[in-house]
Amino acid sequence: MKHLDEYRDAETAQRLAATIAHEANTHRRYRLMEFCGGHTHAIFRYGIEDLLPSNIEMVHGPGCPVCVLPTGRLDMAIRLARRDGVILASYGDMLRVPGSKGQSLLKARADGADIRMVYSTLDAVKLAEANPQREVIFFAIGFETTTPPTALVIEAAAKKGLTNFTVFCNHVLTPSAIAAILEAPAIRALEAVEIDGFLGPAHVSVVIGSQPYEFFAEEYRKPVAISGFEPIDIMQSILMLVRQLNEGRAEVENQYIRAVTRDGNLRAKEAVSRVFELRRDFEWRGLGHIPYSALRLKDEFAAFDAERRFDECYIPTEGIKACECPAILRGAKKPTDCRLFGRACTPETPLGSCMVSSEGACAAYYTYGRMREAAQ
Amino acid sequence: MCHALPVKIIALTGPDTAKVSLGGIVKEVSVALIDDPRPGDYVVLHVGYALAKIDEAEAERTLELLAAEGSDAITEFSAAAETAEAPP
Repeated sequence: MKHLDEYRDAETAQRLAATIAHEANTHRRYRLMEFCGGHTHAIFRYGIEDLLPSNIEMVHGPGCPVCVLPTGRLDMAIRLARRDGVILASYGDMLRVPGSKGQSLLKARADGADIRMVYSTLDAVKLAEANPQREVIFFAIGFETTTPPTALVIEAAAKKGLTNFTVFCNHVLTPSAIAAILEAPAIRALEAVEIDGFLGPAHVSVVIGSQPYEFFAEEYRKPVAISGFEPIDIMQSILMLVRQLNEGRAEVENQYIRAVTRDGNLRAKEAVSRVFELRRDFEWRGLGHIPYSALRLKDEFAAFDAERRFDECYIPTEGIKACECPAILRGAKKPTDCRLFGRACTPETPLGSCMVSSEGACAAYYTYGRMREAAQ
Repeated sequence: MCHALPVKIIALTGPDTAKVSLGGIVKEVSVALIDDPRPGDYVVLHVGYALAKIDEAEAERTLELLAAEGSDAITEFSAAAETAEAPP
């Protein structure tokens, strides 16, 4: 309860908490997966789990792009960065993520690789224009919110006739990951991940709309509530899911109504479909190989595809054995189930991707005191 | 990278670009992904691109909350603005 007074709508939150407690059926459990790392972060930041009755359990999902990128893809980025004449432009989040054999982009940079942190894809193109004698590779990662900016910048580079700009594309798709979680009977049987409903991501849904989730509601009978990031948004969305489950409904409801439409952002979706196509297969940390779950550049933009330009192949590698990131990303384990958590693995010395990103479940647990609670 | 922020458009600077303001910090961003951007509009900004328009009250409320928690998103935005070129 200690976080409650920190936000202005404390009264609303209290009222919502009381309503949820009143309406939740004590004879059943409610296992709700918040897909998005932003929600995971907010749930811990505001101590939302403390406001819920014990039969409502939040399962933390894989919606953190830094977390789900497998070690082998990071190794590829490191190999690309180490090539002569290359500048690798990357979002800051990726620099500290451990690759295999203790490597990371930060270590490659210390060894002399030219790796630049950029805030936006526009900065990466500016780098290419300013350094015509160098090859600038943009390390593109992210779900549907970061994909349109990558698409636009590839089109811009094509229009400008840039020949020294390429993209190492690791864009992944939210609905594919949700489907993989729902469709993996082996994982469910082995590790008993049962999910009754989903909190849908906010900004991803601004782009893709609410329509893609209808399939999960209809086909799998799982209710979805697309939720904003504020604590009150999340509480309201949890209430929506509790009500749907109590009434036996499985629908897509939109709590974040102010920015999400059924069709999403058409300009953004069109830009993505002009430049990208589905990859036949992509490996996710924790979820394994998921067919058609990621994007690659279309043939007409092959000249801007770093994988093709530099003939760089994916070599699957094992992560650190004791690291429980994979099971945590599937919702099968909690960070405190990992023996590295809070000991060998902390935000200062992260061993697993879920500890590197502030959106990762381990970082959220650690930062907001779940570790201390577990130790008591 | 995953953070998004509400910002206010203060001027259009090109067919697809605009200057936006966040608590007095000004930065040029892309508005290529939204329809009919206008000065005074509040938009959700993500990795330098406006993703959607939102209303002013909504934007103010989110910003208050972000400021209260010392948001990474605001830090990222400020850092990016400082390294960006000075306005002409």
